Amino acid sequence: MWADAIVTLIKLAVVIGVLLTTVPIMVWVERRGSALIQDRLGPNRVGPWGLLQPVVDAVKLITKENLIPDGVDHFLYILAPFIALAVALSTFIVVPFGQGDGLTLFGSKIHGFIVAPDLNIGILYIFALAAFGVYSIVIAGWSSNNKYSLLGGIRSSSQMISYELAMTISVVGVLMASSSFRLDQVVMAQTGTWLGFIPKWNVFPQIIGAITFMVAAFAETNRLPFDLPEAEAELVAGYHTEYSSMKFASFFMAEYINLVTSSALIVLLFFGGWTLPGLTIPHGWAGAILSLVIFAAKVAFFLWFFVWIRWTLPRFRFDQLMALGWKVMIPLAVVNFLWVGVAMALGIL
Amino acid sequence: MAFLSAHFVAIVFYVLAVLAVAGGVGVITFKNPVHSALSLLGTFLMVAGLFVLRHAEFLGAVQLLVYAGGIMVLFLFVIMLVNVRRLSPDAAFLSRRAPLAVLSGVVFGALIAFGVLAGSLGHPGGGATALQMVQGHVMGNTEAVGWTLYRHFLVPFEIVSVVLLVAMIGAIIFGRKDAGLEGRGGRMEP
Repeated sequence: MWADAIVTLIKLAVVIGVLLTTVPIMVWVERRGSALIQDRLGPNRVGPWGLLQPVVDAVKLITKENLIPDGVDHFLYILAPFIALAVALSTFIVVPFGQGDGLTLFGSKIHGFIVAPDLNIGILYIFALAAFGVYSIVIAGWSSNNKYSLLGGIRSSSQMISYELAMTISVVGVLMASSSFRLDQVVMAQTGTWLGFIPKWNVFPQIIGAITFMVAAFAETNRLPFDLPEAEAELVAGYHTEYSSMKFASFFMAEYINLVTSSALIVLLFFGGWTLPGLTIPHGWAGAILSLVIFAAKVAFFLWFFVWIRWTLPRFRFDQLMALGWKVMIPLAVVNFLWVGVAMALGIL
Repeated sequence: MAFLSAHFVAIVFYVLAVLAVAGGVGVITFKNPVHSALSLLGTFLMVAGLFVLRHAEFLGAVQLLVYAGGIMVLFLFVIMLVNVRRLSPDAAFLSRRAPLAVLSGVVFGALIAFGVLAGSLGHPGGGATALQMVQGHVMGNTEAVGWTLYRHFLVPFEIVSVVLLVAMIGAIIFGRKDAGLEGRGGRMEP
């Protein structure tokens, strides 16, 4: 029993460590990537290629004065960044990140590379927590006692409620095709090929669902072109206008961690997780490491995709955002769900 | 330590139950409507925790998704839009309805007591796996809920969904004053 607890603790430490390490790397990728796309140099003074810039930024944020403005609701103002970070970090415990079946550590089975292996609601847990993440933004916006913050909070709550529907419905098709809520079984259902060369990834039969899910993921993570809650031209900085130092950094970190989780979900649900067509991953530690590398490479691609889109597309107007969510995305997600149902009934899928 | 591991479930249950009730008390005692709404959210979370503790993981997740993720966000949304910071200091305007509140509280308590009694008499010793049984096999809470809902209670389920659909259409009709004006210069501002 103690060995199990230690294994779980190690997995938890690794997951949180990797997530928190990804944040500075992503900040660097974002700044250098935007510079690349806009034909600028980007940060290049601190360390080779500006690699140490995020470290310097972190030191700056940690040592900044911890300012609490007058007139804020103290308790909620301080609580909001905690919720953001806690929700972002705890979503990842049902995300499997490699093939680790049958491996042992200190003589205790590790039950796959996932922190909570026996939670059979898997993806539902992620949606439930993600729904909870809205509160950090709403509470931050309200407790700041600032018009711009409040508007940002209201915008984000309506945006997240709207796109959550499209996101959830677009996942239903995948869950039907793999008949499980557990993400490791979703990946298992995507091994093999059709006609010998098309990988059995959900993205091919369910391209509509995949597109809907990705668009909704952009909206849920408040990224451009859907970053209306913090549209700086209209709202200063939206819900985190009144936040500074580490409280601001918590929102910032939560945003990037949510980005990692969204990329991981896109890979797991639609792009076959750690499988590659024509490749049988061997058992044992060698196979486990191979699967980790494949999964990390796919997630890295989608992280870059998020950066790429952000610096390519302009921002939507708020009414366009709502119209797109309710009148295009939700119907498309339902079409995908109907198509999967019909295809399964006919025996095509 | 031995005490902790032996009574782990009971300890978690009492902590969650006390916090759930505390949240309920908070809803009616806080002066600030946002604080009240957030304590109601706390109650919902604790109830979700109780569901998970009894191995009804699906119900727990749905509780979070529907109540915490949907309904409470809408409550907060409305409270923030009308921007009430504090209720008026003389909260006496509600005390006229106190008898009605007591009456409905008593009726509700009696209903719950009746339900618990009937449940404990009807299904003695349900146990943790009872919520995961599908035709005598232990499968999972999601499968068990789905099986019960779509096999034994299909007609009530469909009736409820029609009622919800009617409510939804009604809400849209009430909400759309300028029907058909969106997208033609009629802008929807948040």
